[in-house]
Amino acid sequence: MSGTHHHDHDHGHDHPHAHPTAPDADDLMGYYQLMEVAVRELLIEKGVFTGEDIRRQIERMDGANAGRGGLLVARAWTDPAFKARALADGSAACREIGLEVGALKLIVVENTPSLHNLIVCTLCSCYPRPLLGLPPDWYKSRAYRSRAVREPRAVLAEFGTVIPDDVEVRVHDSTADMRYLVLPRRPDGTDGWSEEKLAELATRDSMVGVALAASP
Amino acid sequence: MSGGQADALPVHFGVGDKVRVRVAHPPGHLRTPWYIRGQRGAVERICGAFANPEELAYNRPGLPRQPLYRIRFRQTDLWPDYAGPKTDTVEVEIYQHWLEPDEAAP
Amino acid sequence: MRGHHDMGGLPAGKVEPTEHQYAPWEKRVDAMLVLLGAPERGLMRTDELRRNIEALAPDVYERMSYYERWMASIAATMLQRGVFTADELGRKLAEVEAREP
Repeated sequence: MSGTHHHDHDHGHDHPHAHPTAPDADDLMGYYQLMEVAVRELLIEKGVFTGEDIRRQIERMDGANAGRGGLLVARAWTDPAFKARALADGSAACREIGLEVGALKLIVVENTPSLHNLIVCTLCSCYPRPLLGLPPDWYKSRAYRSRAVREPRAVLAEFGTVIPDDVEVRVHDSTADMRYLVLPRRPDGTDGWSEEKLAELATRDSMVGVALAASP
Repeated sequence: MSGGQADALPVHFGVGDKVRVRVAHPPGHLRTPWYIRGQRGAVERICGAFANPEELAYNRPGLPRQPLYRIRFRQTDLWPDYAGPKTDTVEVEIYQHWLEPDEAAP
Repeated sequence: MRGHHDMGGLPAGKVEPTEHQYAPWEKRVDAMLVLLGAPERGLMRTDELRRNIEALAPDVYERMSYYERWMASIAATMLQRGVFTADELGRKLAEVEAREP
């Protein structure tokens, strides 16, 4: 897929041109990629938004990645009172540490020695985007959405995560207005670590619940 | 949690209440998954009141706002042949109008 | 009738842990939805996005990629809302297609 190919979109009627997703694609631009160009140009012509608006929104989106969720996890690992606040009101806890999350209604669910949490959206692809960025393909796949609620342990095993039978597996189906972040267990051997270093151990997969946090 | 309670329906259920998800299969945009309809669970928390997505999907306001709950279900209740431990659970957000008291609960 | 999208609990194959770097056109689709739904515009709700995706025929849903489904839904919603007409969209599509080398 193309990486950082920049393209001016705010020329309106001046020589706009579309480009395929892969420079060596041997087929014409797909119908829906044509549609994207057409709809975008119509909406710009009608003054609904500008090309600059789109560019800025993409930059904002690109700025959201799992590093932000990792900051929340690292703070919760090092500050028990903060952790309690995060479990009570996830969005407020984000704002407390300077993470702007807009209208996100976040529920933080904590992994413990007797509980492992897993997040899915069976109906579509709801995901805590301000904290983790865009969801990966597998999270949106038929296989994950169908099976995560039905056989979570088998799905976890496919990710290489085996949860013992004496640990409850709790699946959260994001069906409505709330969004979820798993607070993974803090790995052993991290005493005295800075929050910055700890945040790196809180991987995207551990905050979705298909993996444990990375080990030092 | 959600401000402006004036246009929200009153909250019927409390944390711990045993509830059953109504069985209904209308067309349209629904956020109550098929697999959970008719199932029995317990209220884990009250999330606040929100406009009804079934109406928002048609650009209607979806008022008055519906209380939204997280309901906890046992996996062994949802799937007769569930292979994991009896303690495994699923938690799902369900709007109040899809919930009834579970009369049969012990 | 169970919606095609309403797949929780159905049998399915192995979860392939694939992910891809999103193409610029995909990011623009995502950005369009966010901009359309912003309070100052209020031209499209996430719920309309979902409804119009759910309305896709099952075989079409399966054949399309994630952002292709979004794009179909955005176009459908804009027509439903009257932001542009089918005629305007048709003419613009033809114009864009004519530019392709």
